[in-house]
Amino acid sequence: MSDYTDIEKTAVGQKAGGPVGWLDDRLGLAAGAKKLLPVRKVFPEHWSFMLGEIALWSFVVLLLTGVFLTFWYDPSMSETVYNGSYEPLRGLEMSRAYATTLDISFDIRGGLLVRQIHHWSAAIFVAAMIVHMLRIFFTGAYRKPREVNWLVGLGLLTLGLVEGFAGYSLPDDLLSGTGLRFVDGLIRSIPLVGSYLEFFIFGGEFPGGIIIPRLYMAHILLIPALLLALIGLHMVLLVYQKHTQWPGPGRTENNVVGYPLLPQYAAKAGGFFLVVFGFTALMGATLQINPIWNYGPYNPSEVTAGSQPDWYMGFVEGAVRVMPAWEWDFLGYTWSMNVFIPGVLLMGVMFTALGAWPFVEQWITGDKREHHLLERPRNAPVRTALGVAGMTAYGVLWIGGGNDIIAVKFNLDIYRITQFVQWGTFLLPILAFLITKRICIGLQRADANRILHGYETGVIERTPDGGYSERHAPLSVPGQFVLTTHDRLPVLEAPQTVDANGVPAPHSRMEKLRARFRKFYYHGAVDKPTEHDVEHAAEHLAEHDGHPVALGEDFQGVSETGVPRSH
Amino acid sequence: MTTPEDHGTSSELERRPTHEPIDDPGLQSHEWRPTDVDAKLERRAELQISGMFGLATVLLVLFCVAYFTVDFDQTFLGWSAQNFALGASLGGAMLLMGAGIIQWAKKLMGDHEIVEPRHPVRSSDEDRADVMVDVNAGLNESGVGRRPMIRNSLIAAIGVLSLGPPIVMLGDLGPLPYGHTKTVWKRGMRIVNDVSGTPIKPSELEVGQLVNAEPAALFEEDEDGHRIIHGTEALQAKAKAAVILVRMRPEAITPASGRENWGVDGILCYSKICTHVGCPISLWEQQTHNVLCPCHQSTFDLADAGKVIFGPAARPLPQLPLGVDSEGYLIAMNDFTEIIAPSYPELARDQKKLDERS
Amino acid sequence: MGLVVAGGLYAAFAPKAATAQEASSRDIEAGRQLFLVGCSSCHGKNATGVTTRSGGNYGPSLIGVGAAAVDFQVGTGRMPMAQSGPQAPRKDPEYTAEETRQLAAYVASLAPGPSIPEAEYLDWRAANTEDVKEGGEFFRTNCTACHNSVGAGGALPDGRYAPTIKGVSAKHIYEAMLTGPQQMPRFSDAVITPEDKRNVIAYVKTIQEQPEYGGMAGGGYGPVVDGMYTFIVGIGALVGFAVWIGAHGARVKKQR
Repeated sequence: MSDYTDIEKTAVGQKAGGPVGWLDDRLGLAAGAKKLLPVRKVFPEHWSFMLGEIALWSFVVLLLTGVFLTFWYDPSMSETVYNGSYEPLRGLEMSRAYATTLDISFDIRGGLLVRQIHHWSAAIFVAAMIVHMLRIFFTGAYRKPREVNWLVGLGLLTLGLVEGFAGYSLPDDLLSGTGLRFVDGLIRSIPLVGSYLEFFIFGGEFPGGIIIPRLYMAHILLIPALLLALIGLHMVLLVYQKHTQWPGPGRTENNVVGYPLLPQYAAKAGGFFLVVFGFTALMGATLQINPIWNYGPYNPSEVTAGSQPDWYMGFVEGAVRVMPAWEWDFLGYTWSMNVFIPGVLLMGVMFTALGAWPFVEQWITGDKREHHLLERPRNAPVRTALGVAGMTAYGVLWIGGGNDIIAVKFNLDIYRITQFVQWGTFLLPILAFLITKRICIGLQRADANRILHGYETGVIERTPDGGYSERHAPLSVPGQFVLTTHDRLPVLEAPQTVDANGVPAPHSRMEKLRARFRKFYYHGAVDKPTEHDVEHAAEHLAEHDGHPVALGEDFQGVSETGVPRSH
Repeated sequence: MTTPEDHGTSSELERRPTHEPIDDPGLQSHEWRPTDVDAKLERRAELQISGMFGLATVLLVLFCVAYFTVDFDQTFLGWSAQNFALGASLGGAMLLMGAGIIQWAKKLMGDHEIVEPRHPVRSSDEDRADVMVDVNAGLNESGVGRRPMIRNSLIAAIGVLSLGPPIVMLGDLGPLPYGHTKTVWKRGMRIVNDVSGTPIKPSELEVGQLVNAEPAALFEEDEDGHRIIHGTEALQAKAKAAVILVRMRPEAITPASGRENWGVDGILCYSKICTHVGCPISLWEQQTHNVLCPCHQSTFDLADAGKVIFGPAARPLPQLPLGVDSEGYLIAMNDFTEIIAPSYPELARDQKKLDERS
Repeated sequence: MGLVVAGGLYAAFAPKAATAQEASSRDIEAGRQLFLVGCSSCHGKNATGVTTRSGGNYGPSLIGVGAAAVDFQVGTGRMPMAQSGPQAPRKDPEYTAEETRQLAAYVASLAPGPSIPEAEYLDWRAANTEDVKEGGEFFRTNCTACHNSVGAGGALPDGRYAPTIKGVSAKHIYEAMLTGPQQMPRFSDAVITPEDKRNVIAYVKTIQEQPEYGGMAGGGYGPVVDGMYTFIVGIGALVGFAVWIGAHGARVKKQR
């Protein structure tokens, strides 16, 4: 540290000084760095803050591998006769799209590898976005001022789903073609305009000759541009608003504690990019994905058992499989609710609910402050329970989407699985809500106990008259502090419906409704101890003298095997 | 932590906020890492990290070598040797580089926590006021407030600009819907086995048999031996005209009224296209007489006029009336009398038209 | 003298035919004995089936099913069925090859039915590229809907299933196509010719023997398994790396 030479004075630095100066003369680099992205800007550190990074780096991998694939892929649906290296299909008529995908897999060196890295990366991209979204949800990071970023993130997720669907449909193989047929039916089911939309999108009757080129345009131009723009906005907001942080000693709503961009954060983020790319490449080397040569080219008279879309559309597939056969003729039109509700409406409802949540929660709690400290999930029991209930509903539908694979692998009746999913979609989330809420409240109680009564040391003491008890030692002050930084529970008052003169308050119906929601939202949560409780408990702990063994200042408990712990 | 002495001091109580039970103890003192205090460990970490970078370089060279030396035909553990060699070397190299950089940051780079102040995200009242002064000056100079005619006519023009041409220019994306009530099937057209194109005699089918079939038109060739219907047109035709032939014992069949003569000796013909979202169905269970669609498990009873008995499909499977031509081959007596493939909003209306036509 | 010579020559050169006929009727009788012991409890003493009052059966009639059906069912161990269930699963055969042949001969003697295929239609390695390609087209049109693109099998209603075709002999695949065991439909030789059947077998065997080019294939079950790998392997490992990056690491009390 002490023997450091400023870089502009080193040999390399002096040579670079000219060009860098030339650029700064024209671009104002230093001014920009100071104002927009200081080189020593602080970012807080926690593993759960890197989930979005997995998605970000996966996107970069997708761009790089995608460009490679475009050098050989031809999106044309015109027929050709295959003459490449893969023998079982040689001489077969197929589209250029399918034939060029086979070429990439069997006649371009490294082609199969890049195809597989691209597909694994896409799957991980969506998975990481969902895991990241869940982290944001469960820690309350979407609260003011980050509601806009939450919406941007939902936009990214939606675009990611569409992009993935477009991408795996490009090879025009039997599996993805069957998926396109399904989408054709989905579009048809849109009330009133379905058949017009279908003919416009497919350029005629299904399958037509233009859907793959159109999907290609969307996949390499339109959606990546939108994704890049939204990712840019997402990052700009993150930089301007600064990242949230976990509560802890020295961390407040008015500071950021962590490590600077240069060098630590840049090294960790850059290294993580290489880790994500490298691990995905290893997956591409050892795990086969989308073996289109086994499926054959798309043919509307052919289908394979176990036809599913990629995993992120699994919940829609499950909903479509278990939906009752509701279709009615009404006002001279056919309303195919059996397809429209699970296929189109479900996603609309889900994304609307997710998008509205930060605003609904703010309306319920009335909390209009800025929040930069995260909340532990246990300290918002109803929010956490709702999140788990949502995950449960999603998961049950996901199971529905794979019902035939599950039936075959586990020797179950496929009809029973369907019925289980039909009921489970509604009953299991309710159960999950109740259980999760109880668990959160239990954890809150445990926290309160630890503050007031200290932690269990693992040291068992025996009193002279033969009784056994476990010794408790007080938590360290930083440990106690972390457990009490969340908000105190608000006092729930019934809203004022009339004032002193009997004049009814405006919006009193809404206020009453809001009060009901507030009561539900805060119901059961355990408040943190008061100052008085803490002092009282501290006295109590200090009272217990006559301990045979002095624990010492550094003591932090013992493990099950009696080995003293140190953190 | 409080001790009994603190209770008496009023200044202590005043300083502490009454609703927070524990004070912020402040940033904890920095703890050193083993590599910060022990030069030997530091050196070992350096070697470890440089070693990872060195190994990565070797792997990358191996990647380039493998690209030129490993053939498409070679296998490794039952996989493509080329895919594995290229992927393992590239992936391993990047993983090592990434892990090395991260180790460098974790073990050797400084790790003192830094505190930066956070300012409210909201703009300051001053900034807001300053911007409003500028905005108001600009708006005032533009005169847009004083000239409603200009403003309103411009808004109208912009409105039509954004809604008119962009939407109208999409008009040729595709034709208006057509063809829902027709397929290539015609009266007298032979039913042929798919792929081979061979016509079928009733005697060639046994009870319990399933034939995946197509209309003969799809296999007709011109003088040069090329298919007349081919490429996109053929796929579009198949998407509506593909059929299955099944043979059951006649006593097991309950034909719909008016369809008693649509079968030949217990041989029935149904559309292969599921009425749910259009997947081809051919999971026929010869003993239960049910046909199952693999996509969403819609199940149809072919011995009972294709009625839906499970699953999300709402319409029964359309049936094709069968006959036998002069040479004894199975033919269609008519095009389908029900609309094929997934439902759409005008289905009820089009079905009525189809009913009136027949 | 001439007659003696002729008769002797005949006896010398024609014993095989005579022995084959005798072996045939011996086989039939042996088969009948085996049948009475192992099969008649469900299929009836005369192989006409045992029906239940509700219209079902404990074992269907075997009149006319042919030697092919018996060779398939007994050869793959499906028959005798160890316990009742929605479907007879494949298991280790109970009978030796000779006994299977005898059972087949007995059932074939009851009425004409599909016979065991000729060797030339089972010689799938003789198929050329064109044949394999056509076999693939037949396979994808007629078989993959139940058995899946690589023959890994698929689900049917009420606990039934289309079994995997992996590790099944060419003869048994042929016989299954021909006789339509249990819920599987029949594909008669008149529509799917013996050559077509051989080509289908050639395609199936070719893609099952070829390398899994991209790596571990997850049983050939497609996107469902890929989704599992995405979360368990992909997200699992990458989150693991994230935990490692953010981990505090060892600390010492020593001061610098």
